[in-house]
Amino acid sequence: MTCQQLTRLVGDYVEGRMSTLEQLRFQFHLGLCEPCRVYLRQLEQTRQSLGHLPEEQPPAQVRDELLHRFRAWKATPR
Amino acid sequence: MVKGPPHNDLDVARRILDGDESAFSALVARHHRAMIGVARVFIKDFASAEEVVQDTWIAFLDALPRFEGRASLRTFLFRILSNRAKTRAIRDSKQVPFSSVDDTGDFVEAARFDATGHWIRQPRPWEWDTPEALTSNRQLVAWFEEALKLLPERQRAVVLLHDVEELDSPAICEMLELTEGNQRVLLHRARAAIRTFVDDKTRGRP
Ligand SMILES: [Zn+2]
Repeated sequence: MTCQQLTRLVGDYVEGRMSTLEQLRFQFHLGLCEPCRVYLRQLEQTRQSLGHLPEEQPPAQVRDELLHRFRAWKATPR
Repeated sequence: MVKGPPHNDLDVARRILDGDESAFSALVARHHRAMIGVARVFIKDFASAEEVVQDTWIAFLDALPRFEGRASLRTFLFRILSNRAKTRAIRDSKQVPFSSVDDTGDFVEAARFDATGHWIRQPRPWEWDTPEALTSNRQLVAWFEEALKLLPERQRAVVLLHDVEELDSPAICEMLELTEGNQRVLLHRARAAIRTFVDDKTRGRP
C-alpha cells in the first residue's frame, strides 16, 4: 500500500468497513509511515474542530427580521 | 459547543413556546451556518437560500407545539428546512443537476504524491492539539470557515450536518437525498479537503 492509496481508504478504515486483510495492510503501512499517521491524526483533529467551531451569527439584518417575525408569531394567538 | 440531551431540547422548545427571545436567538445563531449550507444544496442563489432559512424558522415555530422530543430538536429543524428547500427548488424549477465533481476524483490531489505514491511534502503535526485550541485561535477559525465555503455544496452540507450538527447518517441521507454510500464519500472528501486547506495555510502555502 502506498501513502496515496492509504488516503483513499481512510474513510473505510475509520468506519471499520475493511476486510481483515485490508485492515492489516492499512495498519502495516501506518506502523511504518509517520507522515500517514500524522495525516490520519489531522483528519481526526479536523472532525473534532468542526464540532467546536464558534457559532456564525446571521447578518444583523436577517437577525432583526427574524426577531421581528418571532414577536409577530408570539403575538398571534395559538 | 455542548450538544444537549433530549430533555434539554424539550426545555429549549418550552422556553421558545413561552416567547423567550434569547432562547430563540441562541438557537438561530447555533444553527445558522449549517442551515444556509443545507439550503444551498437545493438552491444555488444565496439570497433565495437565506429566504428559505428565514421561512423555515417561522415554520419551525408553528410546528414547535408538536415537538415531542422523540427526535432531537436539530433533526426536527433540519427536516423542516430540507423539505422547504426542496419545495422551493421545485417551485422555482431551478433545481440544479448535481455535478459528479464532488464525489469523484482523489481525496488528496495526485500531484501531492511522487511517482511511487509517497508524500512529496510529508504531513507534519499541527501546532495546536485540541479542538479547544482552535476556538481560541481566530486565524484557525477563519481558515476552517474559508475551507467550508470552498467546498462543493453537497460536501459542505454533509460535513456540516455530520460533524457540526452531529445528526445521524440516516437522517442526513434522507434530508439531502443521498444514498448511504454517497454520503460517506462526500463526508470523507469534505474532511480531507478541509484538512488539506488548513494544512496548506498553516504551512504558509497559498
Ligand atoms: Zn504513508
